[in-house]
Amino acid sequence: MDRLWLAAAVVAGIPLLLVGYITLAEGAVSRLPGRGSGWIRPWLWLAPGLFFITVFLIYPTVGTLRLSFLGPDSTRPVGLANYVFVFTDKSMLVALRNNGLWLVLFTLLTVGLGLLVAVLTDRVRYEAAAKSLVFLPMAVSFTAASVIWKFMFDYRPPGTPQTGTLNAVLSLIPGFQPRAWLINPPLNNVFLIVAAVWVWTGFCMVILSAALKGIPSEVQEAARVDGATEWQLFWRITFPLLGSTVAVAITIMVVFALKTFDVVYVMTNGNYDTQNTAFAQYEQLFVNHDFGHAAAIGVVLLIAILPVLAFNLRRFQQQESTR
Amino acid sequence: MAAIELRRAAAVPVAPRLERRLGRLPLHLVIVVICALWLLPSVGLLVSSFRPPQLVATTGWWTAFHPPFEFTLQNYRQVLSTYNMGTSFVNSLLIAVPATVIPLLIAAYAAYAFAWMRFPGRQGLFLVVVGLLVVPLQTTFIPVLHLFVQLGLAGTFLGIWLAHTGYGLPLAIYLLRNFIGELPKDMFESALIDGAGHWTMFFRLVLPTSVAALASLAIFQFLWVWNDLLVALIYLGGQPSVAPVTVTISNLTNSLGQGWQLLTAAAFISMALPLAVFFGLQRYFASGLLAGSVKG
Amino acid sequence: MDFQRRWPSFGAMAACILVLAACGGGAAAPSTSPGAAAPGTSASAGAAGSPAASTAQRIGGSVSVIGSWGGSEQDSFMAMVQPFMDQTGVQVQYEGSRDLNSILSTRVQAGNPPDLAGLPGPGVMRQFGQSGKLVDLSNILDLNQMKAEYAPDWLTLGTVNGKLVGIFIKTALKSAVWYDPKNFTQVAGSTPKTWNDLMTVSNNIAAGGKAPWCIGLESAATSGWPGTDWISDIMMRSAGPDKYRQWYDGQLAWTSPEVKDAWQMWGQIVANPKMVYGGVQYVLTTSFGTAASPMFANPPGCYMDRQGNFITDFYTSNNPGVKAGTDFNFFPFPDINSQYGDVDQVAGDLFGMFKDTPQSRALIKYLVTPQAQAIWVKRGGALSPNKQVPAGDYPDQLSKELAQTVVNAKTPLFSAGDMMPDAMQKAFYKAVLSYVQNPAQMDSILAGLDQTRQSAYPKQS
Repeated sequence: MDRLWLAAAVVAGIPLLLVGYITLAEGAVSRLPGRGSGWIRPWLWLAPGLFFITVFLIYPTVGTLRLSFLGPDSTRPVGLANYVFVFTDKSMLVALRNNGLWLVLFTLLTVGLGLLVAVLTDRVRYEAAAKSLVFLPMAVSFTAASVIWKFMFDYRPPGTPQTGTLNAVLSLIPGFQPRAWLINPPLNNVFLIVAAVWVWTGFCMVILSAALKGIPSEVQEAARVDGATEWQLFWRITFPLLGSTVAVAITIMVVFALKTFDVVYVMTNGNYDTQNTAFAQYEQLFVNHDFGHAAAIGVVLLIAILPVLAFNLRRFQQQESTR
Repeated sequence: MAAIELRRAAAVPVAPRLERRLGRLPLHLVIVVICALWLLPSVGLLVSSFRPPQLVATTGWWTAFHPPFEFTLQNYRQVLSTYNMGTSFVNSLLIAVPATVIPLLIAAYAAYAFAWMRFPGRQGLFLVVVGLLVVPLQTTFIPVLHLFVQLGLAGTFLGIWLAHTGYGLPLAIYLLRNFIGELPKDMFESALIDGAGHWTMFFRLVLPTSVAALASLAIFQFLWVWNDLLVALIYLGGQPSVAPVTVTISNLTNSLGQGWQLLTAAAFISMALPLAVFFGLQRYFASGLLAGSVKG
Repeated sequence: MDFQRRWPSFGAMAACILVLAACGGGAAAPSTSPGAAAPGTSASAGAAGSPAASTAQRIGGSVSVIGSWGGSEQDSFMAMVQPFMDQTGVQVQYEGSRDLNSILSTRVQAGNPPDLAGLPGPGVMRQFGQSGKLVDLSNILDLNQMKAEYAPDWLTLGTVNGKLVGIFIKTALKSAVWYDPKNFTQVAGSTPKTWNDLMTVSNNIAAGGKAPWCIGLESAATSGWPGTDWISDIMMRSAGPDKYRQWYDGQLAWTSPEVKDAWQMWGQIVANPKMVYGGVQYVLTTSFGTAASPMFANPPGCYMDRQGNFITDFYTSNNPGVKAGTDFNFFPFPDINSQYGDVDQVAGDLFGMFKDTPQSRALIKYLVTPQAQAIWVKRGGALSPNKQVPAGDYPDQLSKELAQTVVNAKTPLFSAGDMMPDAMQKAFYKAVLSYVQNPAQMDSILAGLDQTRQSAYPKQS
């Protein structure tokens, strides 16, 4: 019973609290004399967000930065040794290589397929159903995904009934020998990426589709009347208008490619040269208890994202100058 | 604000010409193939969830459609009767709903400020927020939990709402800033002329026109929180009185991995609610942001 | 719009909600504890007759426990503590996690440990013990009684720097080779007593075009462990208990001839496609629990499976109709060097105490009693380390025999992987997989393990 009250209070109360906050803040600001209000207003709108981000992300990240120059138990300074480890250790080099593969394949496939599905389903009546199917994997939890992919990639020795979908389908080809998909590098990485693409394409599809709905249909209709083919229409009209959302999707997928850990953990546990940096960091943290190494990997990830940030900066400046 | 609810022009009223129909065949084909590929793994799981475990271990799921048709509800029966399953469903909702609502509004405020207010350090600060997307959650656990212990937030629902809010914000702010930034400038200018302040512009213009973006964000955040296991175990703990569904489900198997067949049924049981939410929000995805806007 | 005028109400509401949310959220977690202490629960019978429970006082409150047990194990553990809860009014709040290591280490580091924890293994226990996180149990438990009820080796295994910080609640016997008596006697005659006999039998079966062994190394996040058990079994019998202990303590190099020999001896089996069912791909991708299912097929796909006693549960649930004794039985892992005959590879579940409270004291005292352990024993799937648990409590003849072996073991040696620090253990697991995939790389794999050894063990002062 207590719980229901809590739930009701929270569901009704939290939005009220937040709306109340901004109303108060705006009220206060508009009473300030002219000059002050312009300066302080943005910070009042940002304050709740910045508070959470500071506590939950910036504060730990500053700690991470500090730990990355300390030894395994964070007691003595080791200079750049942890960074040297990241770029010289044999297993870290494999992880970095795998991250490169993830970065390219995962990003291309999720954004590409997400865009394809969003654009194609926009033209058919069963749009909602088709999109729901592609979205479905987003709802699958990490524990369930491990079972799902077991059924897909399972291996049984030749001559016995195959239980893995992939081997069974390929066995229809004469002369095909069943394979253990997840143990042979470097191809096993591709299968892990396939599993991750299956999950995240739905994400890209949803945000791209939402953007697509925002494009006024008159624009497209006008082009059609002018005799543009659907292909031209897409590349000349639709795609440029989707540009900023495609860039957002790419950015988010690049980030996920860098920090994906659960797929690796569930499917191969980083064995057979499938570890990536996020997984390596998890191992350093929870298996080796080497906080220095783990922190250095975290910092390297932050540095790796810098080019993406630069790209975003340019894009947002463009967005603002053209609107 | 009825003006916002301008509908999109009805989509392509097709003249039923055979040529046109044939031309659209590849389109349908591609969609159907993609959908089939996407559905396949889940179908394998669904079929397996209704099969006896010994059969699942020795034969492929597709053989279920050959005689003898051996199906069972045993997995579902066992999962649903698992100790604490009902409580943990309530717990999951109790965690996920506030953990979705809080970051959504906070992110919308921040995104609005980033997109439509000018202040020094704006771009730099925004880039910091985006950069934080890449911070692996596991690096934050120890310092944040330490803080929680001192504040008495460890093991409380309030603690986990706050944690999910913090973790969800960078993505939410980033996505919303992009959508809100795309809104036409004229809309704001004419509102300004009418004497509207920021409060009015945000609640009367920005929120209603960003419904699709807010709905997509809401579903993502809800799914992440609903399916989260690690954050819950760290900040909330897995005690029966507070454990969410994910914790209860992961405890269906024992330390040697026995009982995995229950995970097949559990997967569908735990997916049911988020999928219902997705269907429920579906119409918001389909509704246009701004039709007939000045942009073209 | 005159929102300004409504400030006060908004502010008041905001404050209300914040307080409500904080209190409500805060109260939710321990909500069961005060209520549970209330009278009314004592009526239930449970183990009312057992001395441990009847002498216990009603203290109320709660005790938090984290462990790796889930599913049937969690049910058994809860059944085991039920009489305790009834008698003392203490609520046992158990949380199970498949990822115990990361949860436990994070919570301990952040200063939020549970009261008691089922520890992942002696290796992890030693790490917590050395950093002073675990409470010394020698002042809490009656040591004289413990020495009377537990074999000395079990107590030594839980001791770090002279302090008893871990106590075994349940054990397993791992030096067992399982076979299907009907099929095995046809191809092999009697069960082998020595490694040479074992290899002769294996070679004979292989010469007949059949695979003698079923091996599966897959086990989710701990894939590879069944192979480390193989190497442990070989190592303790070929190099002897002393070298074996030095090895897991990090004092004997992986590249030393003793360790290398052990890997190569296992290699004679696992690296020979004729010796294992399904070849390398099957070994690497098949779960240890289902790996031996071909043993029960007709005709059998293999004849032997080296595995701990817990495997019998998998046999019966994966192969309906299969019965202990008639369809499967075990012989002890054969001797290698006759000098080191009396060794047994064992494993077990340890409990450690992070917070010394009246409730956690009461619970740990209760868990070591034969009355408590008999509850799990009767439910099946557990061997008790406590000698006072009556043999008659085991559900079948086979587990009775296994329990006798564990309790009376002259030299019980814990699985080497579990004795090593996390990092070494994980590297060992990985090395097993790499070795099976690439036996020719053995030297570089062992050299790699030596590199891990340099950093994985705490520096001796």
